[in-house]
Amino acid sequence: MTEPAHHHAPPSPIEQRVAALEQLLTEKGLVTSEFIDGVVSLYENDIGPLNGAKVVARAWVDPDYRQRLLTDGTAAIAELGFGGPEGGHLVVVENTDTVHNVVVCTLCSCYPWPVLGLPPVWYKAPPYRARMVREPRAVLRELGAEVPADVEIRVWDSSAEVRYMVLPQRPAGTGDLTEDELVGLVTRDAMIGVARP
Amino acid sequence: MAEWVHDLGGSRGFGPVEVEPGEPPFHADWERRVFGMTATVMAQGRANGSEFRHAIERMDPGWYLASPYYEHWLTGLATLLVEKGVVDREELEAHGAPSFPISRAAARADVPPGAQADPFAVGQRVRVRSFEPRGHTRCPGYVRGHRGTVVRRDGDHTVPDVEAHSEERPAEPTYSVAFDATELWGSEAEPGATVHVDLWHRYLEAVE
Repeated sequence: MTEPAHHHAPPSPIEQRVAALEQLLTEKGLVTSEFIDGVVSLYENDIGPLNGAKVVARAWVDPDYRQRLLTDGTAAIAELGFGGPEGGHLVVVENTDTVHNVVVCTLCSCYPWPVLGLPPVWYKAPPYRARMVREPRAVLRELGAEVPADVEIRVWDSSAEVRYMVLPQRPAGTGDLTEDELVGLVTRDAMIGVARP
Repeated sequence: MAEWVHDLGGSRGFGPVEVEPGEPPFHADWERRVFGMTATVMAQGRANGSEFRHAIERMDPGWYLASPYYEHWLTGLATLLVEKGVVDREELEAHGAPSFPISRAAARADVPPGAQADPFAVGQRVRVRSFEPRGHTRCPGYVRGHRGTVVRRDGDHTVPDVEAHSEERPAEPTYSVAFDATELWGSEAEPGATVHVDLWHRYLEAVE
């Protein structure tokens, strides 16, 4: 199952462990390959940052939606059909001319799956988790998101049940774009807060 | 400050954040299988999220830091299944894994007592209690003992410190508490930064 036929190297210790656990759980009737394939496919094909980009673009073109999104993120995001695991309590924080928001989970890997999909490795790895709360300005500068000195940085550590998404500022000069065109401008990193569009 | 390896907020010595452009959700098929197996077992209610997190947090610290993310999930999942008697390590090894390390056994839990105080109000000043957990907690070490301001009250949620260690399911409000960077990091703090941490009621006490 974990060993494609064209793969000539012997299985690594981690591959051996995963295969052993899956085989054992399958024999005990606790997991099925079909269910595993299905849930994996959801996060490889259906649930990802495009969902969040649609939420952001809607907020950029519809002031009433933006207000609902900032008041009750979970409900407003559900209006677009998005919800599910790691999305029971969504809070959207808005960037302005004077505030830049950025999201981290120092204790593990909490992340708003319904709107951003599964988190990238760097978000789950120790350097980001250790440094973002102590030196956010320096980390953002390293990542190419320099925040002007007169802009306050608000770091949100997802340590309980809420999962956060950043509402980036609409880029200047995009007044003529349609909602669909705006969707294409919204990046995952901007919705985490590590990029400034 | 932090005493457990996973409690990384503010830890010193780490280098650059390494970004992989165009990163896929999974990097190998074994990661897909681990994600899917964990989703299955959790959906069956065989373990709760606090138990799962705690099982990962009990990995040897050196192993935790050196291993890829989905190895944490595999280890947490296998540890819980062994501890709950669903599988045993001999069975795993008989199915082709010559060695199948799991996390250390849980220490006796020392849950902070339930708070007697009334719920805090938005705008209220609070201090994070200075407890030293030997079990699971979602109170990061870098805010313990520090003062902040409640900026949002969320609903009542099961206290993870209890859920990870017992059958009890007490629920309390959680709050987003804003800490000025200078409160947390002193003279090292970057100017113009605020850190918001989501905390259960019992982690907090009122500041007079």
